[in-house]
Amino acid sequence: MRYSIFSLVRQAFAGHRGWDEAWRTPEPKKQYDVVIVGGGGHGLATAYYLAKNHGVSNVAVLEKGYIGGGNTGRNTTIVRSNYMLDDNAHFYEWSLKLWHQLSTDLNYNTMFSPRGVLNLAHTEGQRDQYFRRGNRMLLNGIDAEWMTREDIARFIPHLDCSDNPRFPILGGLMQRRGGTARHDAVAWGYARAASALGVDIIQNCEVQGFAREGNRVVAVETSRGRIGAGKVGIAVAGNSGRVAGMVGLKLPIETHVLQAFVSEPLKPMLDTVVTYGAGHFYMSQSDKGELVMGGDLDFYPSYAQKGNIPILEEAVAAGLQMFPILSRVRMMRHWGGVMDMTLDGSPIIAKTPIDNFYLNGGWCYGGFKATPASGWVFAHTIAHDAPHELNRAHTLERFETGHVIDDKGAGPVAQWH
Amino acid sequence: MLRIGCPWCGEREEIEFSYGGQAHLAYPQDPHALTDEQWAQYLFMRDNPKGLLRERWVHSHGCRRWFNVERHTVTHEITAIYKPGEPPPARRA
Ligand SMILES: Cc1cc2nc3c(=O)[nH]c(=O)nc-3n(C[C@H](O)[C@H](O)[C@H](O)COP(=O)(O)OP(=O)(O)OC[C@H]3O[C@@H](n4cnc5c(N)ncnc54)[C@H](O)[C@@H]3O)c2cc1C
Ligand SMILES: [Zn+2]
Repeated sequence: MRYSIFSLVRQAFAGHRGWDEAWRTPEPKKQYDVVIVGGGGHGLATAYYLAKNHGVSNVAVLEKGYIGGGNTGRNTTIVRSNYMLDDNAHFYEWSLKLWHQLSTDLNYNTMFSPRGVLNLAHTEGQRDQYFRRGNRMLLNGIDAEWMTREDIARFIPHLDCSDNPRFPILGGLMQRRGGTARHDAVAWGYARAASALGVDIIQNCEVQGFAREGNRVVAVETSRGRIGAGKVGIAVAGNSGRVAGMVGLKLPIETHVLQAFVSEPLKPMLDTVVTYGAGHFYMSQSDKGELVMGGDLDFYPSYAQKGNIPILEEAVAAGLQMFPILSRVRMMRHWGGVMDMTLDGSPIIAKTPIDNFYLNGGWCYGGFKATPASGWVFAHTIAHDAPHELNRAHTLERFETGHVIDDKGAGPVAQWH
Repeated sequence: MLRIGCPWCGEREEIEFSYGGQAHLAYPQDPHALTDEQWAQYLFMRDNPKGLLRERWVHSHGCRRWFNVERHTVTHEITAIYKPGEPPPARRA
């Protein structure tokens, strides 16, 4: 059923009893042309674009829990394309373009809200570095704008733009086309649209191993039995290493936990996304009024989907430097998600040494914004057994050839990216 | 909050320490002799287990000395602490 104002009105008069299931819940078939492991945004988007762009619809998405229950449903939903290096810039910019039309394309309200993403600068060195990145963005055809301290004080009245903080704000790099989206809706919207094109979404189905014949995977061993597969793509976020390990691949990845937390709901006070530059902290306000906040990861590898208090404290301290007005606001919830941090800070969307086994992972802090483009190019890579123009550089081999994509220039340490 | 027993100072809170990555990754004896693949293995590939991991920590806001920790990556339980140069203890079942 198409969602529209008319279907809404019709259902309103029918007591909302006539809505059908957003996606089908089929029993797994014996064999699929493509099996996608991981029902987060990336796996679901991949399945959708396989069916829509490449006509491959005999596809299953296998999810060990419920769809969107991983990082897709745990993240702070910041969407942006303010990267410096070309390989990332063009990829994330394509993603941002897809975000701007996603709700219409999926016929599902993903609540994408281009409210702008503002990175604050607190030192002259940082300001120069932001100029450099902003100019690189402009040269790549991506919007970037420098805001002075006065501009920012007018734009975000509650932000402390005075000389009082330990690290006063000098200005900031703004990307107006960036913003936020509703994370669950992204998983559900892709699931519904993929299901309508014939993709089977199979929840509570954990992949536990792969059956091989020579250098090919022929079937997936799951908690719901063996499922034959022509090709296999994995998009399992923090579990990339484990699942790739089932076919003997070792990855340049460490699994780390990243936390997020929300305040009690407040009246509207912040209509953009703002990030602190003298530490690591970012904040936006949800439609329900909660302040959605995040900071650093916990700095040591972890598969626990919960965070530790020191990082929380540090993030909150940074937040209070920016917004002293929040000193008596209460926290409502905090949680964590396990992310695969690559050793150069950029994702891997690529073929692997195994013929029909494809890898989508290494999303670090920032894979939510990548969801549409990630699905787009991963579907292309699987369908054509060759990368798309936009993920040509995001290979596994780059770590051997020296073509790493280190946007921050941080070096080969997972937690520095 | 982890409580980590520095071999020299005793048990302190996690905020006094910094994480130093997977332990027992020795710098290659002769880096020039390595192939690109071997170099990538050394520089970028990590064990990343869901379970016990041997890793390096440094007591940065204390004695500033390095040591090794064996820690569970799900429960965060610390199962062993030993000094640099000491052999890792046998794995508990
Ligand atoms: C706290 C936090 C804040 C973040 N904030 C942002 C942000 O502001 N902006 C941004 O762009 N990104 C952000 N990210 C990163 C972003 O959330 C992720 O990169 C992105 O959602 C990854 O999507 P995914 O589909 O790859 O992974 P997931 O949504 O995690 O999906 C992977 C799925 O695979 C399943 N799976 C794992 N193993 C198996 C198996 N063996 N068999 C079957 N299924 C399996 C999991 O259950 C999971 O549902 C944040 C992450 C966290 C944790
Ligand atoms: Zn010490």
